Parts: sequence; structure tokens; C-alpha cells
Amino acid sequence: MDDFRDLYQQLILDHNQNPRNFREIPDTDLLLDGHNPLCGDRIKVYIRRGDKRITDISFTGSGCAISKASASIMTTILKGKTFDEAKKIFDNFHRMITTGDANLEEMGKLAVLAGVHQFPARVKCAALAWHTAMSILNDKTHDIVSTET
Amino acid sequence: MIVKDQALDAVMLRNDFPVLSRSRNIPALVYLDSAATTLKPQCVIDAIVRYYSEYGGSVHRGIYQIAERATEEYENARKQIARFIGAKTTESVIFTKGTTESINLVAYAWARHILKPGDEILLTEMEHHSNIVPWQMVAKTTGAHIRYLPLNDDGTLNLEDAHRYFTPQTKLAAVIHQSNVLGTVNPVERIVKMAHDAGALALVDGAQRVPHHSVDVTELGADFYVFSGHKMLGPTGVGVLYGNLEVLDKMEPFHGGGDMIRTVSMLESTWNTLPYKFEAGTPPIAQVIGLGTAVEYLSNIGLDKITAYEEQLTTYALKALRTIPGIEIYGEAPHRGAVISFNAGNVHPHDLSQLLDRDGIAVRAGHHCAQPIMTRLGISATTRASFYLYNTLEEIDLLVESIRKAIDFMGG
Repeated sequence: MDDFRDLYQQLILDHNQNPRNFREIPDTDLLLDGHNPLCGDRIKVYIRRGDKRITDISFTGSGCAISKASASIMTTILKGKTFDEAKKIFDNFHRMITTGDANLEEMGKLAVLAGVHQFPARVKCAALAWHTAMSILNDKTHDIVSTET
Repeated sequence: MIVKDQALDAVMLRNDFPVLSRSRNIPALVYLDSAATTLKPQCVIDAIVRYYSEYGGSVHRGIYQIAERATEEYENARKQIARFIGAKTTESVIFTKGTTESINLVAYAWARHILKPGDEILLTEMEHHSNIVPWQMVAKTTGAHIRYLPLNDDGTLNLEDAHRYFTPQTKLAAVIHQSNVLGTVNPVERIVKMAHDAGALALVDGAQRVPHHSVDVTELGADFYVFSGHKMLGPTGVGVLYGNLEVLDKMEPFHGGGDMIRTVSMLESTWNTLPYKFEAGTPPIAQVIGLGTAVEYLSNIGLDKITAYEEQLTTYALKALRTIPGIEIYGEAPHRGAVISFNAGNVHPHDLSQLLDRDGIAVRAGHHCAQPIMTRLGISATTRASFYLYNTLEEIDLLVESIRKAIDFMGG
């Protein structure tokens, strides 16, 4: 197994270079901008919903490898999940990247971002897409999500 | 012992900086972020410790020995700094928290009282946020407008049509002397003259210039010249506002409190003389004394020698960085300082600086508190390497090697 203390896992580099679901979803009104004013990163998250379930999720925009890989992995994990399942995964993910406390087996692919908690300046990069997606699920689509609020 | 006509010996100077000489870090620290803040020489640290451990009294108050010594050292630092920047009198040298507070002082104590709706404040597209935001706040309360002198693609100011930007409504031109992003050195003498010809005052932000090049504020003639201590080997928490005495004299105070008054009654107060009118409350005594020591250290080496050495470093670094495939360097001004902003391949600046840190190399990533420049260049961030007297050519080689490694690692 990779050394999870390392920030740049192979899977992160792969998702950075070949981001999954890196596209618009043209006919949805569930979309929101996420902005990290400290580094100028801007992403947009799109969700298509069907019966309280995420039937499609994607993102566009630019950012560092950590924010891009985190967004990309997020889309692969949340697709098909119910809103409640998604929120639970977010809670576990958020705890992992802020405190390092996580059951890495249960985290699946997200475990590659476990090292982030040792780099406080990068926590916001990993969290940006997630906060944006959660704001959509919480019906806060009227705002731009900022890491600096 | 420094022999005046010799070139600067950075390897020897590094022994004066405990962060460099005492660190046992592996890999060794390669500090390339002096535009953010500089490392401190032992003599500055000693001066601060000496104040707190030998004579830590307050200034301008106590009738006892340690307070008298504190006052003497504090005022001596003012003399050293006045000499360093060519100010004719110490009354024109006001201690602040730093460049940001110096600019805010002018914004509050001068601009807010003077500016009327329709008046104009002229800035440039190259300014640091500290020389934009205070003026936006002034504009909001006074109804004044802000205009921006534009930037050329090479990172110089476009002064071709500058006369059109100076109008009868222009009341202040506030310009950065040397860009903290592009390294560009601006022709501030010319801009100060244009401002004065238009009947406006001129403020020059020297935070990135004073540490690296000799400045003569009297010759320059700007009404306000501002800079920070911590970017020139001094402590954090202290900076300077140099001001034209006539202008300072007419200005209202900034902060009210102790030491800035002559008399206080229940109804009203009268103000102390310059520079004390603008130094309310107990000042940062240790920091001011530390800054005095920093200025003495720089003078002993010689600013000309420092400038020449930094030019050598910058020329070498520009050439070496340009050998990296896919590198883009922002700012090609012929007259520039020791600051280089760049992007390397498709590697985001935050990833690049994180990877450089693995090799012990400290650089800055982000928008460098100058978002209008980023907008003008159509980018969201850059990586910035900045040099000072303790950096070496070998460190630049390490930087270039580490950038190449990072590009490979991230897959181009």
C-alpha cells in the first residue's frame, strides 16, 4: 500500500491529468460555483437528480492537483448515491482531511487524500468541490461557495 | 569586516543569519521568498533582545535611566532611518506598523479630509492590494473616483498617454516603486513630476525598493514614501511613513491617544508636533530599534553592492529558468529587481511550491496580493522566487533542478 502520509499519491496525479466527469451537464439547474480566493481556484459542480438520488455529477474549472483530483474522485464516488448517503460520505471525508481520523478501508479511493490533513494550507483545496456539491444538495444554489466565509 | 571595494560575499554573509547558518534541516533551507519577508541577521535579533533584557522601559515618558536610554535608542533609530532614505529631518519620519498602515494613515488622515466628489485618485494596474483597497474605501466615503494607469504586456507601465490620466480633478497619484510580482522598477521620478505638474500629491510604495536599492526621498520629491521593516532585515510590526513636512503639518491625526497630544481637556485636545502627532500610544520600541540596526547593517555592506549582487542573481536566474521547457515568465521589464514570477508547464503554482518544499526550497505561490495584475495577465496564480543578499547562484541551480523534477513528477 502507498504511504498515506504522502500528499501526492499516484491516484491523485492520475485524476489530475485525466479528470473523470470533467464536463458540463447542460440541462440541469443544480449547478454552483466554488471559489477559493486564496489561490484563485474556481470550479463549477453540476448535479442531475432523480428521486432523491444523484444520477449524474460532473465538474469544470481549474485548480491545483489536489482540488482537481478531489473533485474528480468525488464525482466517481457520489454518482448513484442518495443525498443522505452523499452527506454521510462528505462528513467522513471532511473529518479525514481536517483531523486525519478515518477508517481508511471504508474510505475507498478517498483514502488517497488522507495525507492532506498534515498540510493545513491544502485542506481547502481538497474540500472545495465537496463544499460546493453539499451546498447544491442543501439547496443553497443561490450563492457562490467560497472557502473564505 | 567588510572591505568596501570588494563584491558582496553572500556565503560569508549567510553566517550572520541564524535561520540559514544554524538550521540542521535536511535538505538545507533555500529561502527564495524575501519579497514576502526577509530573514533576520543576528545583530537585529540581538538589538531586540538587548532592549528587552537591558533597558525595556517606555519612551518619551519616564524620568529614569532605562526609559531615557529607550528613548535615546528609539530616536537614534529614527535618525539612522532618516539618513538611510535621505530625509532632511527626522520630523518627516513616522513609525507605523508597516507599509499597509502607512498608506492607510495617508488615506484616513489626509484623503478623507481633502477629497470631494468627482476628485480622482490615480493608481496603476500593478499595485499591491495595500495600495488599492484603502483608496477604494476612501472613494466610497468621499465620492472620489479611482483611475488606473495601464500595464504593457512586458510588465512595464504604459505612460504614453499618461498625461490623459492626470486631470484637474487628480488629487493623488499612488504608485508602487518596484512590483512585488513582476519585478518592474517604475519611473517614479517621472510620475511624481507629472502629479505635481497636475497639482496633485504623490505617494510612492517603496516596500520592495528600499531593501534593495538606495533611495533618496528628498531627491525623489514624493509627498509620501512608505515601506516596511520586515522586508529589509528588520522585525515585523514596524514600518515607515516619510512625508513632506508641509503636508504632514496640515494633516489631521490618524489615531488619537497618548503621546500624540500636547494638551488634553475634557472638551478638546491639541496635537503634538511632528512626528509624534502620528505616533499615538506606546510605539513598537524594540522593533524600531531593531529596524535601526537593520539599516545600519545594510549601510555597512553598502546598498550599491547589494543592488549589483542582486542584479547578478536575477540575470543568472532568468537565464537558467528559461532553459526549462514550458516555463512562462511574467514581466520582461528592462529595469527590474530581484523578483521573478513564473508558471511551469501545467503544474499549478500550489503544487509546484509544495513539491519545491520537499527539496527545502521556499517560494511563494498565489496572486501575491495583486489580483489586478493576475486579471491583466489572464492567469489565476504564479509561483514567485525572490532574492536577497544571502542567496547564492548555487541556490538558483537547485531551484531550476527542483522545478524540472516537479514538472516530470506531475507528468508535464
